Amino acid sequence: MTTPLGARYTNARALGVAGVLAALTVVLAVLALGLGAVATPAAQVWAALWGGGDDLTRQLVLDLRLPRVGVSLLCGAMFAASGAMMQGVIRNPLASPDIIGVGAGAGLAATVFLLAWPAAPPGGLPWAALAGAWGGFGLVLLLSREWRGAGGLHPVRLALVGVAVAAALGAVQQLVLVRAPDGLGSALTFLTGTVYGADAGRLLSVLPWALVLLPAALLLSRTLDVLNLGEDLATGLGTRVGPARLLSLGVGVALAGAAVTGAGILGFVGLLAPHLARLLVGAKHGRMLPVSMLLGALLVLAADTLGRALLPPLEVPAGIFTTLVGAPYFLYLLKRTA
Amino acid sequence: MIEVRNLTKAFPDGTLALNDVNVTIPDGDFVAVIGLSGAGKSTFLRCLNRLVDPTSGSILVGGQDVAPLSGRKLQLYRRTVGFVFQQFNLVTRLSVLDNVLHGRLGYHSTFSGMLGLYTEDDYARARDAIRLVGLSEKEDTRVSSLSGGQQQRVAIARAIAQDPQLMLADEPMASLDPRLSDVILGLLRGYNEEKGVSVLINIHVLEHARRYCKNFLAFNRGRLVASGPIADLTSELETEIYAGSLDAL
Repeated sequence: MTTPLGARYTNARALGVAGVLAALTVVLAVLALGLGAVATPAAQVWAALWGGGDDLTRQLVLDLRLPRVGVSLLCGAMFAASGAMMQGVIRNPLASPDIIGVGAGAGLAATVFLLAWPAAPPGGLPWAALAGAWGGFGLVLLLSREWRGAGGLHPVRLALVGVAVAAALGAVQQLVLVRAPDGLGSALTFLTGTVYGADAGRLLSVLPWALVLLPAALLLSRTLDVLNLGEDLATGLGTRVGPARLLSLGVGVALAGAAVTGAGILGFVGLLAPHLARLLVGAKHGRMLPVSMLLGALLVLAADTLGRALLPPLEVPAGIFTTLVGAPYFLYLLKRTA
Repeated sequence: MIEVRNLTKAFPDGTLALNDVNVTIPDGDFVAVIGLSGAGKSTFLRCLNRLVDPTSGSILVGGQDVAPLSGRKLQLYRRTVGFVFQQFNLVTRLSVLDNVLHGRLGYHSTFSGMLGLYTEDDYARARDAIRLVGLSEKEDTRVSSLSGGQQQRVAIARAIAQDPQLMLADEPMASLDPRLSDVILGLLRGYNEEKGVSVLINIHVLEHARRYCKNFLAFNRGRLVASGPIADLTSELETEIYAGSLDAL
């Protein structure tokens, strides 16, 4: 394999890439904040963000549009980080929260939680999703008979079982939604992958998780590098593989669970972003993880913005765009792995 | 000195991969471990660095019985044993230096932060090891762009960077062009002579064993059937070692 763009992977390069991505994200965020029934010029958006502008613009930009953009960015980053960590821990290029049952488990648990307990405090939702995420992931591990993890997880079997479990859990979720009382069910359609209707409440329920888990993921980047060496070598070199794997998986699963409560299952973000990041800055997690997060954030924001701008006033769910891009890439990866 | 006493490894299906193995290996030895595939060579090496847990018996390395070790003590022991794998086990997307630095991982917490893990000393040791295997000018090259022989040299450098008290190599030439065997064996022998570290190599080609090794251990269906100076490995003995296994097939 040759190095793309003929460049070596260095810290300077990673910083450059991260800088460009961050700038792109800011520009796109400002554009997205101006988009809507009442178009707001970028300059006014910028002013509103810094506390200027008139009250109406401020309300429009900060209260109505900012939460949606914020949820897009956070959930995109969390899905991407989750995928990057799972690919690292399981050492499987096909691993991604939506593919190995984590997203579907979280989605189903969140749906059931909201329907069974409509009056629940908003902070409870992520915990339910987290439990569901572990449930889905546990099911996949059990069914692929790799739950002990002793011989390492078998790449293709895990992915296949994961796809099947995700499909089954997704079907159950659809069934629950169909059976749900009118109105309530449609209010939950976001769980199938869109940031439509994301409000300040949803942003505030996702935010603390992002603030804890994203830095935690970065702190584990060295640990993920070690896990990437494979069980035999990592163990042979005298590192603690068991606890390292458990902790990394725990953070990865929690990231996906929390992200699902914000934006539902945004297909393939957790697969695409880390792969793109590796192409851009190499496989070291210290560089790859932050770039993955930026890419995931940018990807989801772009998908949502595109969905809003394409056929107004119709809104195409962001998950559709991410899936349209991600599914062919998944097929390509499958072909290459097999 | 390594003293293996009554070492037995039974796999869950009942197979005796190692059956009551007794052997003493002096310091600074260079040992060929021979026998057919499935004779227990690989299990023997993996018991020595405890990648495989022995069922019974003891393994004294430098006076310490490593067979019952677990947890932190086992980690501390493992980092002092270099292991060269048949398939290299390198991270091909990383540079030569990054891969050799992995040899220093056992000296740091697995949960160290994202920056500044390795010390100056780690870098110095890694660069020394890279020089020893003759790849200094390739230090920053990505491993994926190296030849198979060069990749195995990187893997050897990584093991050397561990500063091991014992070096194990599990068929290190098996996935390489036969002509490269001399390079790999020469490197390991040179390291053995310079540092006095014992080296045990699982080896298929007896001609290589004869040319480079001092002593040999022959396994047949989990038993140590012969051992001694490599000169004693006569063609009659050779036939005996391998014939028994062939009958069993």
